[in-house]
Amino acid sequence: MNAGSRSFGRFSVMGFLAVFVLSVLSTGVSATERLMVTGSSSVAPIALEIAKRFEATRPDVQIEIQTGGSARGIHDARKGLADIGMVSRRLEPSEGDLTGHTIALDAVTMITHAKNPILGLDRSQIIDIYTDKIDDWSQIEDFKGPIVVVNKADGRSTLEVFLKYTQLKSNGIKSDIIIGDNEQAIKTVSTNPLAIAYVSVGASTYHIENGLPLRMVAVDGVVPNAKSLAEGNLPMIRELNFVTAGMPEGLTAEFIAFATSPSVADILDAFYVLPPAE
Amino acid sequence: MYYPPRSKDWLAHKLLLFSSRSAAAVSASVLVLAIAVVTLESLPAIRDIGLWRMLSDESWHPSSDSFGLAPMLLGTVLVTVLAIVIAAPLAVVSAVFRQFYAPRALGGIYRRLIELLAGIPSVVFGLWGLTVLVPLISRIEPPGASLLAASLVLALMILPTIELISATALADVPHHHYLAARALGLSREQAVWKVVMPSAVSGICAGTILGVARAAGETMAVMMVAGNVVQFPDSVFAPVRTLSANIALEVAYAVDLHRASLFASGLIMIIMTLFAFCCAEAIAHSRKSYRVGRA
Repeated sequence: MNAGSRSFGRFSVMGFLAVFVLSVLSTGVSATERLMVTGSSSVAPIALEIAKRFEATRPDVQIEIQTGGSARGIHDARKGLADIGMVSRRLEPSEGDLTGHTIALDAVTMITHAKNPILGLDRSQIIDIYTDKIDDWSQIEDFKGPIVVVNKADGRSTLEVFLKYTQLKSNGIKSDIIIGDNEQAIKTVSTNPLAIAYVSVGASTYHIENGLPLRMVAVDGVVPNAKSLAEGNLPMIRELNFVTAGMPEGLTAEFIAFATSPSVADILDAFYVLPPAE
Repeated sequence: MYYPPRSKDWLAHKLLLFSSRSAAAVSASVLVLAIAVVTLESLPAIRDIGLWRMLSDESWHPSSDSFGLAPMLLGTVLVTVLAIVIAAPLAVVSAVFRQFYAPRALGGIYRRLIELLAGIPSVVFGLWGLTVLVPLISRIEPPGASLLAASLVLALMILPTIELISATALADVPHHHYLAARALGLSREQAVWKVVMPSAVSGICAGTILGVARAAGETMAVMMVAGNVVQFPDSVFAPVRTLSANIALEVAYAVDLHRASLFASGLIMIIMTLFAFCCAEAIAHSRKSYRVGRA
């Protein structure tokens, strides 16, 4: 290598360094206010839309949203790693150090493949299916084949809603497939006519409208749709919460007030979740 | 090479020495740190639950104080072994084809294809398995998500690893051995399988063990197609859960002892991988004449 090209290399490295240092400095001195929001992956997409709208009215604000489950939302809010934690269930008595702000109610429902002729199930049938007392579709309907029970991994909040509704214990369920999140449940059921799973109404409505062969089954005679959702008749309902350590102040309080105001009603509609009861 | 002190080249030499030393130190300390953190985090589980209970507890229900890892340990081993049984013979035969039978142009294209296969992200294999393979197996015997599905997806993923290392091992055998064998009147088959193969076998074994390590640790693709039910499988059509899938499924939601026991299963996996690499090293060095397939 000759001297000329070597010095060129050195200069370009210094140039990069200079640009890097300048850019770090410039982000440091700008007057943006930041808000950190972490937690439940069921709340995150809704929070993201609300944040976008909030940022449009307040250009000096930047809201960062990260997922990692309700447990992370609790953990981060408690440890001060996030200004707001997202939690897709009611706060427990042991979490009294946190303040919950319900932004919406989400319904959980049973789904099957569109080829499956089952239109409705009641609570006792669902319990029998999830405990293997009913293990073939022919025991309920004119449809042959073993039932493929799709269940969620321990700790998921839709599982908790399901357990509360059925009064089953996690170790009493006899599952054939265990998955992580709603999306995976939907992929599994949409490719298997024998499968049954419980997922959030929002997620399944979105995928049905996009043409996936799924059906939301009526539970205890209530068909999941916009009307039954609005009337609050669906049996499996969970809270979607923002949680803060103590009472929120400043920008955090402003954002939570915005997220619980009527100006986000159309966002909640778009996600098929209910505004919280007054 | 000698560089006179204080000359320009001397400075460059020192700088290079310093930067490469620190880069090596950083990479090594990251590994040590990672193992230390995993060990530290799993201490509560080892202390309060104990290794014996983790192996002997009947099932895995951390919320009901039951921490049996044995079904998942077996699941990991079975999925890995089945994947190797499917992939290794295919990979070795394909390497032999590429080295000794394929016309030069075809062999080149074939190598690019295998390299491409090695570069496909595992989640893509998982997606393919979930939407194509699982429904197919479900037609034979529901639920479809099973030990078999996981092994097939894994076999596809580790095939290129084994193939590429085996081909390198075959290429490392001096070509005049093959030529001499042919000159002595051996057929192509005899020359390949009786002369070249015995010299390359240690490299091929090393490649296979690297495949084992990759298969045992693979998470995303396996989680998508294995069904993840914690149980001792009674057939290849039964769903299983591997240790890595268990960590991925539950770690975001785990607290306290549950979290610590997940770290403990991580520690078990590190030890398994370490063991596999030691085997690979030992086999690769067992034949001093051809040192091939170094990890």
